[in-house]
This record gives sequence, C-alpha cells and structure tokens, in this order.
Amino acid sequence: MPGQTLFQKLWDAHIVHVEADGTTLLYIDRHLVHEVTSPQAFEGLKLAHRTPRRVDAAIAVPDHNVPTTDRSQGIADPVSRLQVETLDANCAEFGITEFKMDDIRQGIVHVIGPEEGLTLPGMTVVCGDSHTSTHGAFGALAFGIGTSEVEHVLATQCLWQKPSKTLLVKVEGQLGKGVTAKDIALAIIGEIGTAGGTGYALEFGGSAIRALTMEGRMTLCNMAIEAGARAGMVAVDQATIDYVKGRPYAPKGDAWDKAVAWWRTLHSDPDAAFDRVVELDAAKIEPQVTWGTSPEMVTTVGGRVPDPADAPNDVKQHDWTRALEYMGLQGGTPITGIAVDKVFIGSCTNSRIEDLREAASVAKGRKVAPSVKLALVVPGSGLVKQQAEAEGLDRIFIAAGFEWREPGCSMCLAMNADRLEPGERCASTSNRNFEGRQGQGGRTHLVSPAMAAAAACAGHFVDVRNF
Amino acid sequence: MLAFTTLDGLVVPLDRANVDTDAIIPKQFLKSIKRAGFGPNLFDEWRYLDHGEPGKPNHDRPLNPDFVLNQPRYQGASVLLARENFGCGSSREHAPWALEDYGFRAIIAPSFADIFYNNCFKNGILPIVLDATLVDRLFRECGAIEGYALTVDLARQTVTTPTGEVIHFEVDAGRKHRLLNGLDDIGLTLLQGDKIKAYEERRKIEAPWLFA
Repeated sequence: MPGQTLFQKLWDAHIVHVEADGTTLLYIDRHLVHEVTSPQAFEGLKLAHRTPRRVDAAIAVPDHNVPTTDRSQGIADPVSRLQVETLDANCAEFGITEFKMDDIRQGIVHVIGPEEGLTLPGMTVVCGDSHTSTHGAFGALAFGIGTSEVEHVLATQCLWQKPSKTLLVKVEGQLGKGVTAKDIALAIIGEIGTAGGTGYALEFGGSAIRALTMEGRMTLCNMAIEAGARAGMVAVDQATIDYVKGRPYAPKGDAWDKAVAWWRTLHSDPDAAFDRVVELDAAKIEPQVTWGTSPEMVTTVGGRVPDPADAPNDVKQHDWTRALEYMGLQGGTPITGIAVDKVFIGSCTNSRIEDLREAASVAKGRKVAPSVKLALVVPGSGLVKQQAEAEGLDRIFIAAGFEWREPGCSMCLAMNADRLEPGERCASTSNRNFEGRQGQGGRTHLVSPAMAAAAACAGHFVDVRNF
Repeated sequence: MLAFTTLDGLVVPLDRANVDTDAIIPKQFLKSIKRAGFGPNLFDEWRYLDHGEPGKPNHDRPLNPDFVLNQPRYQGASVLLARENFGCGSSREHAPWALEDYGFRAIIAPSFADIFYNNCFKNGILPIVLDATLVDRLFRECGAIEGYALTVDLARQTVTTPTGEVIHFEVDAGRKHRLLNGLDDIGLTLLQGDKIKAYEERRKIEAPWLFA
C-alpha cells in the first residue's frame, strides 16, 4: 500500500459516512465561533427548534467588532455592540463557553485556539472565517466555512465534504536573516497565484518549514487561503508537541501520552503521492511587499512596481492597470520609494508574541517617522498582550511612538473604529490587500512585522536587513 | 432552501478577475444579525459614489454610472458573468446572500474560490464553471448584443446561448440533487444520526481527550 499524505490520515480519521459519489460526512472536533458569522446560524437553529449537538466542542469569542481602545464603556457603535451582545446571548442560551470582551483570554479566534490548547493535532477544526486554515499548523485539518455550515456543525457536529486534491509546497534550505514566515507565505502566493491552491489541501514541508517556530507555521498556514487553499497544514513534530503541552485545554496525564502517540504519526509518509508539488529555495526568498490589490501582486523589497505593459496577458494587464490606479502608484516605482501614512501590526496572521518581538526589535531605540500619522500595535489576545508587557515590548513601542492597543481583529478588516481613510497608504502585517479592506479607498501593502516596524520608523518601505 | 431548476436570465458582465468577497459585500454590512436585505449593498464601493453604512437609506445615494450593474441595459439581470477566482477571500456567506437578494441566481466564471462556491449552493445560487476561452467569448457576445440572455438548465447541466448553442457544464451530483430539490442539509444529515453516534462512541475510546 502506498504511503498516505497528512491530509489523507486526517480525513480518514474523521469519516462518519461516505455516499456513493464520494461525498463524505466528516466529523468536526472543534468549532470556533465569533460574532460576525454566527448570529444567523443560531437564529436558524432556533427557528427549526434545534439545539447544538455538542456544546463542549464549541468555543466562542468576539473579535471582529471589539474596540482596541478603552473598553470600560463597552462598544460605542450600536450596530457592532448589538452583534457582540447577540453572541453573548446565544452562548448563554445554549451553554457555549465564551471568552467575553473583558476576559484576559479574549482575542482573535485564530490566536486563542492554539493559545488555549483548544486546537490540537489531529483535530478537524472549523470556524465561520476563512483564516481557520491557521490551525493546520498543528497537523490539524482546519478550514473556514460559511454561516449555513456553522449552523450545520452546531446541529450535527458534522459537515458534508468532498476530499480535496493534495498540494505539497516544499521549501528547502535556510532563510536569510530578516526573512520570516510571512515572506515565505507571500513568496509562495507570488509564485502560484491567489487561485493556485484552489481545490487543494496545502501541506507545507521541507527543511525551512521544519525550522519554523509554531508561530511562524501559523502565519504560513493562515495565508494558505490567500493562495486559494481552504486548508493549509504542517506535519506534527517535537515543536508542535512542546507548544501544546501544558495549555489549559490540552490533554493531561494518561490522555496526554495516548494523544502524543497518535500525534507523532501525523505526517505525510515518505512515499506519499501528492497531486501537485511546488518547490521553493528558502535562501532565495527576500522580504516581500505587495504593491497591488491582491496578495499575488507582490515583489521583493528591492524590486519595483511592475509596468502593466509587461503583464503576461490581457486580463492581467487590465487587473494591474486597475490595481495601480487604485493604489495610486506608477509602474517602475522602487518599492523603497513608497511612503506610508499608517502602519498596522496585528491580525490573525501576525499578532502573536514572536511577531511583536520581531517588530519591537526593529522599533527599539527608534522613532516613528513624523510623516506617519498612526502606527498601531494590536496584540492577538489578552494573554499575548500580558506576555508582551511582561517582556517590556509595550514600553519599546510606546517610546518609539506606536500606539499599544487592546486585542482584536482591528484594522485588518476595519469592522471596528480602526481604519484607513480614503487614499491613505498602510504598511500592514495582515493578510489581504483587497480594495477597501482596511477602509474604503485605503491602500494596503502586506509585509512582515519587522518590515512594518521599519516602514513606520523610516516613513517609507525599507529593507529591514540593512536598516 | 431555495431550489434551482431552470433560469432564463439577462446576463451582466463583470470584467474583473479575483473579485473578492470584500468587494461583493463590504465589511460594515457584516454587522447585521439578519440574513436578508443585503442586495442594495451588493458591490457597494463600486456601485455608489459615496460611502455606504448599515442603516443608511440607499435609494438616494449617488450611483457610479461607470459601474456595469448601474447601466440601464443590464437592469433586471439574474446571470452574472465573471472572470477567474470569483469570490476569493473571506468565508462570509453575506456574499451569496447579497447576490441572491439582488436577484442573481447563476454565476458563470472560469473558476471560483472554494468557500464561496460551496456557500452558493446553500443559498439557491448555481455557480457554473466554464472554460476560460468560452467565458471570454460570452463576454464578447454579451457586450455586443443588448438584452443578451442565457438559459440555464440544472437538470440537463446546460447553458443555452441566444443562437441556440448548447454548452454543457459539470456539477457535483450530490450538490445538484440538493439544489434541484431545495433540500435542507441539516435534515438530511440528521438521517445519519445513528452513524454519527456510533462514530462518537468509537472516538471516545480511541481519543478520549476530544470529549473532555
């Protein structure tokens, strides 16, 4: 029998029932719930007089709408407030554990899952949010779902799925200094495009991936969806097990030993066959900066904004022209010649402790450039914030002129009060540079935390390797 | 769920690749706790010249005359013709809710993002994948002929052009069955209740930490 991929192992362990055409009823171990994509699901349950099948498998947290400034007065925007209150009421009614806005464990759903040990290797993890792919960093099968499926999981603890094709992205070699998981993610998307992973479960492998910390692996898997893949994953190794050990919801005692024995099998077998393999040389990856309105519109910090005349085909030429018009950029402009108005360090991609350490190491002893109107640091969770403060990172940021905020999704998608004004340009550690993503008319450039901090201090993009 | 059988609909061409769900329905409208009423804010930032907010009346907002949905010849369209990777980005089901509420029941593109594609079937919208060259030709025909309409037949898996050309498309058998009959997924799944229970009993022994 040929070897199995990690995806196949995870899939097989969760099959409840298979239809004649291969459509599979898949069991879901962990359901993460937030305020934006759940109200209609709870309403649907109530209308049909149904109740959640397993409240112990679900965990809820408000993250998209929460203010990152003082919360003692609640949420000022009545529409945002109603959505968070609706989550509170639904969780109370059905008995679902919720980390509320004033709980130290509150944070971005994709940060708190791993942090609390709610995300474990071998699990199927879903959430009504496309960045659920993040949790695949733990050797889990994790993917985003729509609200109908949120309701479906609440009611049945299962989902109907067809097996995905498998894609292995192999990154071999050693990353250069100042090059991070975010740069790997953007380089991969630049290589295969934003639809390159559509229809695939994407496994990241190779020596450069094995050398990443769990935070780095989460950043990478988080961006799998920006390459079109619903699920990204990394094999379990000692780093995975060490990270999980001792977390509040991680198994303990005999259960821990039994779990670890299974988790150690969660890797693709050496002779496993993938439907597609893409290889990248880690040593050739440089710090990345996006220049357009799709994450695939990306180049290196030493590069230039491309000229639409050089586009490979008519459709791309049209897209590039439109993107440059929206971004207010000219083809041929050096990336380091682009000045920024705002800087955002945060989001489910880059708001964990390691990200903040990287950014702080650049900000230390420097000042935010006078031309930069706002430089925000938004930790991924209350516990990340606490840890950062214990390490003195908050003082480094504040001394440099950054604002140090409360945890949440914040300016990644600007559902709360943190946003770009029309025409403003932002160096952002988030995951999407779509038109209007950070505020109508806002212009987003995706970068790593260190590159964002460097841009904040220089007032324009700079190569963090010689900054 | 809304069923889909056949559709004879006016086509509107949206000539952009990688149309993301943030463009389909911007984030501020995701604050709603309802499932209905997103249609007036479909493609809000492209469709209007001012900034839209939830609760703001839309009827007197300034329309962007250059945006294709606002052109008189495309009023009443129910088929959206799109480019590759339509619906990429966020998993928000508000995107198909907004498309359906506006009046779209079928979307034709060379490719769709996975989550969006799946969400369409839960909301009575048929996403149709056709070869990129063919989609390119449909764009040209649609632009050239005013009142260009297509007939979609889900049971036969065909799209018929005004000249009578019949184009076949692929769709997963299970999804087709559910969409044709407007079946409730949860009701169907609950019919497998014994198997779900048996799976849980087995997993409680194999992996007890998952049931703590």
